[in-house]
Amino acid sequence: MNRQALPAPSGMPADCADCPAHHAANLRRLGVDMQDWDYVVALAGNPNTGKSTVFNALTGLRQHTGNWPGKTVTRAEGGFEYAGNRFKLVDLPGTYSLLATSADEEVARDFLLFGQPDVTLIVVDASRLERNLNLVLQVFEITSRVIICLNLLDEARRHGLQVDERRLARDLGVPVVPTVARTRQGFDLLLKTIHEVASGRTVCRPHRIQSEPPELKRAIAEVQQEVEALFPDLPNARWVALRLLDGDERIIEAVRQGELADLASTITAAPRLAMEAT
Amino acid sequence: MSAVAQPPLPERGTPARALTVAQSLRWQTAEFHERLMESLYGEAARLADRAVTRPGQRPRFDLDRTLDRIVTSRLWGFPLMILLLAGVFWLTISLANIPSSWLSSILIGTVYPALQNAAQSIGLPWWLSGLLIDGMYLAAAWVVSVMLPPMAIFFPLFTLLEDFGYLPRVAFNLDSIFRKSGAHGKQSLSMMMGFGCNAAGVVATRIIDSPRERLIAILTNNFALCNGRWPTQILLATIFIGALAPAYLAGLVSALAVVGIAVLGVLITFGVSWALSRSVLRGEVSSFSLELPPYRPPRILQTIYTSIIDRTLIVLWRAVVFAVPAGAAIWLSANITIGGASLAEHLINLLNPIGLLVGLNGVILVAYLFAIPANEIVIPTILMLTVLVTGTTGVGSGAGVMFETDASGTLALLTAGGWTLLTAVNLMLFSLLHNPCSTTLATIYKETGSRRWTVLSAVIPLALGFTLTFFVAQIWRLAGGAG
Repeated sequence: MNRQALPAPSGMPADCADCPAHHAANLRRLGVDMQDWDYVVALAGNPNTGKSTVFNALTGLRQHTGNWPGKTVTRAEGGFEYAGNRFKLVDLPGTYSLLATSADEEVARDFLLFGQPDVTLIVVDASRLERNLNLVLQVFEITSRVIICLNLLDEARRHGLQVDERRLARDLGVPVVPTVARTRQGFDLLLKTIHEVASGRTVCRPHRIQSEPPELKRAIAEVQQEVEALFPDLPNARWVALRLLDGDERIIEAVRQGELADLASTITAAPRLAMEAT
Repeated sequence: MSAVAQPPLPERGTPARALTVAQSLRWQTAEFHERLMESLYGEAARLADRAVTRPGQRPRFDLDRTLDRIVTSRLWGFPLMILLLAGVFWLTISLANIPSSWLSSILIGTVYPALQNAAQSIGLPWWLSGLLIDGMYLAAAWVVSVMLPPMAIFFPLFTLLEDFGYLPRVAFNLDSIFRKSGAHGKQSLSMMMGFGCNAAGVVATRIIDSPRERLIAILTNNFALCNGRWPTQILLATIFIGALAPAYLAGLVSALAVVGIAVLGVLITFGVSWALSRSVLRGEVSSFSLELPPYRPPRILQTIYTSIIDRTLIVLWRAVVFAVPAGAAIWLSANITIGGASLAEHLINLLNPIGLLVGLNGVILVAYLFAIPANEIVIPTILMLTVLVTGTTGVGSGAGVMFETDASGTLALLTAGGWTLLTAVNLMLFSLLHNPCSTTLATIYKETGSRRWTVLSAVIPLALGFTLTFFVAQIWRLAGGAG
């Protein structure tokens, strides 16, 4: 058969530039060059789970890493390019919760709430899963586009712990990617998952707590209704209600000043979610 | 702009109102913070406990994980797959005969003569009653009685497997072979769709984002046996191959023969994908992640209902819609004579030498011309044309008439038409390897937007089909087999 008789039809590009395999090994670390980013990725997690190691591995920067909690107190930013998209990566201070009782918690919380990251990557210590999940569940209240980076797997294994990441992903309703950040194990999948969640190709349905006592539930629901009446487009009204009930000054101020309204309108005005037509 | 007076009580939808409500509730709800944290920590502990296995502790028994380990294991994965498929076909073959003969005795044994009598009593001209009753009605009746029972058994069973969550595991098993063939792992999913309908399978390739790998998936989708071809395979396997075995094994042997053809189709999919990815569609293989969904107990009644409504009746309707005009065309071709022989006979004689060369015959090739719109009508057309050629009387009642028949009657008729085991085997092969039906071709054209790829998608299987049947026929004859 004549091979020449079958050239690529007009619909097919000459090269394979839009093919995922083409990029899989082609992470471009952009360092501090963060011009014209397509997506913002926030890096959150408990202190000392390896967030900065993940950050450095992705951006090529050399943020100081140290094996002690509380090393990063302000946010660091860097960039990387993957699959033709430029990502801005924001390393948030490690926190145990988002209740904003300290300056570093406030930095992390405010960025997740007002910075509107396209993806929030929570780095989780596989050997201390329970404590880490406290933060994960709190982040779920603020944003739904979350990926769990199940880090320090080597350490967990050394302690004889086995983590069933499939079950965890199913229970949490978001992607869980097992990694060993120091040896960059699992990073191919991590990058791919970041890209898929950012582009809306993977849709997360995070697990919401339902175990509050009935009295709390009622109070939350009532305040949530008020918040929704005030900011109809706000995606995380329940979380704002929780914070109001808890007497969070920063959030009370944000409600009073209408900062949350701006937030809601930016979300509806510029939807970055590019759902794939099926 | 005038100043708006603030109402004495905060209005709903104002910040003040929301803050006041929250404030008062906060004082009403004792220890809000502590109790909220308590439920949060409790939830985190529960989730962590489900996922983590501590040293010295046996991993928590997880039915899903255990099942996955078995059905996707290197050792058991493929045998289990074949066993399940064979089981489904065995049930289909052994159960379908009963309703099939029941339907044909009503539609063809009772309704057909009644229609003929009615036509005679109102004095319809012979050609009109021939065209309407002997052509169109009988074609539709035949398709219903032959296709409805196996479909009504096969589809619910297949849908139950799908509902249970087994198909993604099959895709998982096949993934590595697809990658070695230079194709995308997701092609295993579009192939699964192709086992239902190739047109649907071609549309399903949209899940593959690289154009190169998507084209491979489109061009090879036809090698997955579709609805229209399962009944042909099942019928031939039952009357020719099952008959070789002792009666108590007949059902099993026929089921294995059908599975064999389906597996051959999968192997050819790999082979052609490999060849394409090393010639006209060269390139890198992309990686992807495949989610294995949790197993769910199948909803049996709902599955049976939806698979009968959604799949069986829709496929059947399509078959009938194509069978009616085809029945008319067949009747016309058998009754319009040029130079002493009918149009159909001319065509058959023309194609007979080619047919015999590849272990088939002219009748089969003509039937495949009639069946371009729908594979479903191949067998009825073959039977009708065989009657015409052999001049068999007593079974049918004239040229271009499709007739009542059961498995033994079909066998007798086909044997009279010169059929041997070789013809049946080669027809099973040719049914797997020939051009896609016109619906699928139209879909391929729509998806690729290219005439070249559409033509190629018909040429590749035809070339393979003729080559394979030719070699099988030659080897068969060399080995001294009849035919």
